[in-house]
Amino acid sequence: MPAATSALHLVLTGDPALYTIVRLSLLVSLSAVLLAAGIGVPLGALLALTRFRGRTGAIVLLNALMGLPPVVVGLVVFMFLSRSGPLGSWGLLFTPPAMVIAQTILVTPIIAALSRQTIEDLWVEYRDELTAMSIGPVRRVTTLIWDARISLLTALLAGFGRAAAEVGAIMIVGGNIEGFTRTMTTAIALETSKGDLPLAIGLGVVLMIIVLLINALAWGARRAGERIAG
Amino acid sequence: MFNRRILLIAAAVVAFTAPAFAQEKSIVVASTTSTQDSGLFEYLLPLYKQKTGVTVKVISQGTGQALDTGRRGDADVVFVHARSAEEKFMAEGQGVKRYPVMYNDFVLIGPKSDPAGVKGFRDVGKAFTAIKDKQISFISRGDKSGTHIAELALWKASGIDIEKDKGAWYKAIGQGMGAALNIAGAGGGYVLSDRGTWLNFKNKGDLAILVEGDKRMFNQYGVMLVNPDKHPNVKKELGQQFIDYLVSSEGQNDIANYKINDTPLFYPNANDAGA
Repeated sequence: MPAATSALHLVLTGDPALYTIVRLSLLVSLSAVLLAAGIGVPLGALLALTRFRGRTGAIVLLNALMGLPPVVVGLVVFMFLSRSGPLGSWGLLFTPPAMVIAQTILVTPIIAALSRQTIEDLWVEYRDELTAMSIGPVRRVTTLIWDARISLLTALLAGFGRAAAEVGAIMIVGGNIEGFTRTMTTAIALETSKGDLPLAIGLGVVLMIIVLLINALAWGARRAGERIAG
Repeated sequence: MFNRRILLIAAAVVAFTAPAFAQEKSIVVASTTSTQDSGLFEYLLPLYKQKTGVTVKVISQGTGQALDTGRRGDADVVFVHARSAEEKFMAEGQGVKRYPVMYNDFVLIGPKSDPAGVKGFRDVGKAFTAIKDKQISFISRGDKSGTHIAELALWKASGIDIEKDKGAWYKAIGQGMGAALNIAGAGGGYVLSDRGTWLNFKNKGDLAILVEGDKRMFNQYGVMLVNPDKHPNVKKELGQQFIDYLVSSEGQNDIANYKINDTPLFYPNANDAGA
């Protein structure tokens, strides 16, 4: 099968262009997931533990935002970052930070919504205990997040899966510039358009292997965490 | 605490990656899918980097979109192929000066079985008429690219009002040249392509050139610096330096030397002021 051979060939020969692409893909998507976790986990916890008017609406909205179309996010970020847009003076369009921004926006609702569910379930379980200990709301949030950390890893992985797989947003805000903003997914789109289908499939196989490895690592970390937590 | 640690890591990531993203000397060129899909830039830009140390970052779009990227000030240089659209860009004051760079030609691609029976026609208008009359699948770029603009002009020259006459056989896909060739190959359709992209295309399958050589299939490329008076962020020295290289005898030679199987993909003609 030519696809498998060409992919294998690229990996085994340590093709430098391939490694630049893989490195950038990981850097962009992992940065986006970490930033999204920094926003999404506290946001999810807040939504899980507070009661206010319109909370149900906020939860439904957050869940709906999990389905944000990447191409729409890309277009909105593009319009903000374009030299003719409000943030044009930052000069970020067609750079990796622009790609991180777009993916952070895509991933944050996923992490926030999944965190909310996880933490709310945990809260139901520990409510009496935590109330009896009469600890303040901030401490309550941090305790629950810490207790849920292993389950929250799944939320982060879901976010990473979304970021690593999308092409619509980073194609628009990154521009698919060779050696600078070209990632696995935009490279696959480009090779497809050049008619080099074996190479495109080969890159797809490499991407799948990377996602698999990261999930295996996370799974290992989770098992180790569970053992320590007893 | 968990979330504080994440914020710290995120801050570290940003701090760590920011210098890596900081740029050496570089310009952004908005260009067409044909210059990218034909492999010209992959060949030319490393040469230019070697000569000048300047990295040329290419955004590959259709001509219409590339000109819009210039209009918004998101590129320093536009390098496209649709004379009428380029002249409009200049008339709006968006460009500083238009330079002709090179040309090749468009070719009509179709299945080897040639259901419309156009193979070998010297008159592309007759070929277009035959495809329309027999309602054979035709793939249009439909994306305001240079090739799309050329295709529309050819329908018009054939006396066909394609807006009115198009039916299910006429498929406007809104994608790049390579994607159009992939779709034509998969569905047994006809498609207008620039010769460069066709020569570099690796999924030819059952497709072949059926009509070529009509004067109206001429395909001229031009390059323009985006007007720094309108967009102060434009890197005018570095942008002009790249343009000067493209039209210099050195750059023209480099373009002429880009060949696939000994066939040149582009013919330099910067000296032809009328092009």
